[in-house]
Amino acid sequence: MSIEVDVYRRLGDFTLEARFAAEGRLIALFGRSGAGKTTLVNLIAGLLRPERGRIVVGGRVLFDSARGIDLPMHRRRIGYVFQESRLFPHLTVRQNLAYGRWFTPRAERREELPHIADLLGIGPLLERRPGLLSGGERQRVAIGRALLASPRLLLMDEPLASLDQALKSEILPYIERLRDELQVPIVYVSHAIPEVTRLATTMVLLSQGAVAAVGQVADIMGRIDLFPLTGRYEAGAVLEMKVAAHDERYELTTLNSSVGELRVPRIALPLGSPLRVHIRARDVVLGLAQPEGLSALNVLAGRIDELGPRDGPIVDVRVALAGGTLLARVTRLTIDHLALAPGRPIFAIIKSIALDRRSLGQLQPASDKLDVDEITL
Amino acid sequence: MDQPWLLQFSPAELTAIRLSLKVALSAVAVSLPLAVLAALALARGRFWGRELLDVLVHLPLILPPVVTGYVLLLLFGRNGALGRFFEATLGLVFAFRWTGAALAAGVMAFPLMVRAIRLSVEAVDRRLEDAAGTLGAAPLWIFATVTLPLMLPGIIAGAILGFARSMGEFGATITFVSNIPGETQTLPTAIYVFTQVPGGDAGALRLTVVAVVISAAALLASDYVARRVARRVGGL
Repeated sequence: MSIEVDVYRRLGDFTLEARFAAEGRLIALFGRSGAGKTTLVNLIAGLLRPERGRIVVGGRVLFDSARGIDLPMHRRRIGYVFQESRLFPHLTVRQNLAYGRWFTPRAERREELPHIADLLGIGPLLERRPGLLSGGERQRVAIGRALLASPRLLLMDEPLASLDQALKSEILPYIERLRDELQVPIVYVSHAIPEVTRLATTMVLLSQGAVAAVGQVADIMGRIDLFPLTGRYEAGAVLEMKVAAHDERYELTTLNSSVGELRVPRIALPLGSPLRVHIRARDVVLGLAQPEGLSALNVLAGRIDELGPRDGPIVDVRVALAGGTLLARVTRLTIDHLALAPGRPIFAIIKSIALDRRSLGQLQPASDKLDVDEITL
Repeated sequence: MDQPWLLQFSPAELTAIRLSLKVALSAVAVSLPLAVLAALALARGRFWGRELLDVLVHLPLILPPVVTGYVLLLLFGRNGALGRFFEATLGLVFAFRWTGAALAAGVMAFPLMVRAIRLSVEAVDRRLEDAAGTLGAAPLWIFATVTLPLMLPGIIAGAILGFARSMGEFGATITFVSNIPGETQTLPTAIYVFTQVPGGDAGALRLTVVAVVISAAALLASDYVARRVARRVGGL
């Protein structure tokens, strides 16, 4: 599934001039508030019209100012999950779910209500009215409603933004299931790095109405020059690893990949499950020698690849591992003290407890169906 | 005479009651869809002459009813332009007929209905309409399945208000279609006539009680329906 966007649109003082082509099961549109993320998805959905440009989704031209094509939104077949669920208050949950399906041509109906209700865990809510649902339930119904219209692309505009942390953790596994089990590609808008690193296969970085970078999540997150855009606090590299072993006695799980091994608090996933680990640069300590007598469990060997700008007290360091990249944030004093420079062999030390559930994302190959009970941690 | 005098309706009084109900119900039935359209146009329309339409809709509210009645007589009378048009095309005559009384009542009630409905149009969350659009609903379907149901409380309120106003219509009616028993004599005009003749007090009082009962019943019914609908529209 590919998306091709090349749009220009002014809104008051703000100008969106975005151009990218992306492919993937879940494409994250990431950027700060006001970067133009919502404007961009509104243009794709047809809620807004570009002043000029072209939008192609899966080979289907939705908008092309040069050729005079502008498909009205009800004929685009693009599902949209809004920040505020926007359920129809005068309809029951079941009627809300059935709404889009009713407008879908019979031949194009892929999804069935019982399956979607089951997938999202909303079966028991069907006869209720939206006013009596919790925020998390409402958002799951909104996702189900969009899916039952059998869209060719699902847009999700910060669907978790209005929920608290507990509810976010409740819904994230469902979104992972959508990504891995259904055929519909997703464009996911977010300004939260943990969500993006956990969910996305591809990432589009927006800044001030323009596209700053497009690529694989691990590649984008590994770029020091993009730190100001990804947010310094959450910035950090992403490693793709597999579950290698469980230690029942100490309740730890070992992950491995070509970069080495990481031990993290126990996660209930079968051996061999692919996992994506987001390691914040601020959680990484650098050492010249293999450390001894240290409480941290995780040590990865590598070589310094690049030093970030040295114009403040803190310097970002990119470490090349065997088949991966790690980012670390250290003081400028440390750089001089240890004489860190590109090419120098180095050991990266990571505390296991820095790697909590929020930094671990499931990433199933599209063919593999996973039992949802195994995902919950 | 077994019945108390308050229930001893004369045939003329019963006719006036029936006629009033017929006139008011017809007036509401015909003007309600137009009031919905006018409310939509005023609340959402972006067209030249919107202010003019606003003034036109509200004119019957601010003009003396007698003036409105006289204008109706000029336009819809036998020799009025619109009167001739309706008689020629639909065979519909307003002058000195109950249809004229219904027209006068509808025109007088129109601004009240539009105001009530307009408020409900403005209260409809347009983001819900966008959501319906992304789910594949074409604009007319969006209106029928989202906008209209969400406007329902206002439409009900407008209909009840219009009905009550129609029942009470006096000035424009008597100016336009006079006061012909059995044809254009409604409750208010009948009460007026009773108060003008000696010994008419009993009849006036009987019709007054009827007017109070009908109005109160309409109000109670509308309250009940409005509460139920508001619950539904509120998502409960």
